[in-house]
Amino acid sequence: MRDKDDGWSPYVAGALSGLVGVLSVWLSGHYFGASTSFVRTAGMIERLLGPDHVARLEYFAKIAPRIDWQWMFVVGIFFGALVSALTSRSFKLQGVPDMWAERFGPRSTGKRAVIAFGGGVVAMFGARLADGCPSGHGLSGSLQLAVSGFIALVCFFLGGILSARWIYSGGNK
Amino acid sequence: MNMLIYGLVTGFLFGFFLQKGRVLRYDKQLGALRLRDMTIVKFMLSSVMVGMVGVYVLHDLGMAKLSIKPAILGPVILGGLVFGLGWGLLGYCPGTSMGALGEGRWDALWGILGMIVGAGLFAEAYPFLQKTVYTWGNLGKVTVPQVLGVSHWIVIPVFIAAGLGLFAWLEKKGL
Repeated sequence: MRDKDDGWSPYVAGALSGLVGVLSVWLSGHYFGASTSFVRTAGMIERLLGPDHVARLEYFAKIAPRIDWQWMFVVGIFFGALVSALTSRSFKLQGVPDMWAERFGPRSTGKRAVIAFGGGVVAMFGARLADGCPSGHGLSGSLQLAVSGFIALVCFFLGGILSARWIYSGGNK
Repeated sequence: MNMLIYGLVTGFLFGFFLQKGRVLRYDKQLGALRLRDMTIVKFMLSSVMVGMVGVYVLHDLGMAKLSIKPAILGPVILGGLVFGLGWGLLGYCPGTSMGALGEGRWDALWGILGMIVGAGLFAEAYPFLQKTVYTWGNLGKVTVPQVLGVSHWIVIPVFIAAGLGLFAWLEKKGL
């Protein structure tokens, strides 16, 4: 069950996460999802700066800027990963991923920041347009055999393969 | 209040298993998008196969409700592709970005900030999108068994068999 870096088999860890999802649906009626919480967070921050503007936007009427089940779920992911990493000596402070460093050099922190930030803007815009991310569509949608979930999942990977190809074309530095 | 605690505990467990499966890392996500390391595909598909059986059993026993998102072709296809393009640049998705940060991979923070900005921009664009992209090809809240006109207990075993076949192939190829 353990591989060389002390992790678990992805089949086992994945199946256990699926079980958590089933328990969640049973006990609380909630399916996994993450991207809606970023809308709520954006609304909460914008409300501090311009409450009138937020009140006028239809999207924040549909998705109210408040803390709910999913928002806490997303916070929980952080703590679960933190505890798992700290108790298995796999916690590592790292600002440039290994694969990125091979391509752009170990000191490319600034470049990584710009691409990661820009990628985040684009990814979330797309996730909200599609009405879900790999959690909401990819896991929760496809496990319910939703047509929308399978279409989204295929498109996620197509887009991702394309931009990964673009970033990593031209060989390593 | 209870719901918030449920959310936190559920998220904690999910984050724990994501970290154990080593799927939070940029290298794993890009590994899949560069078709070199299918760890995240193995994790996701295992999770889906278990979830599928569990949720449909609960549903048939009247103990759970399905929550199907509408298949509107315009936004799902366009949004899916746009999400994918951003995902390949960031190397984390919304859920795994928080987990990656928990693992100490602090470049995820740039992505989290970007995603909050992206969500804000989407809220601005929403009225326009609603009049355009959202009107393109609405098939409704449909599932695969509904489209095929068969029981979900026919689709689920076929899906699982295909998934196990894919796993066997990935292991043989060393992906």
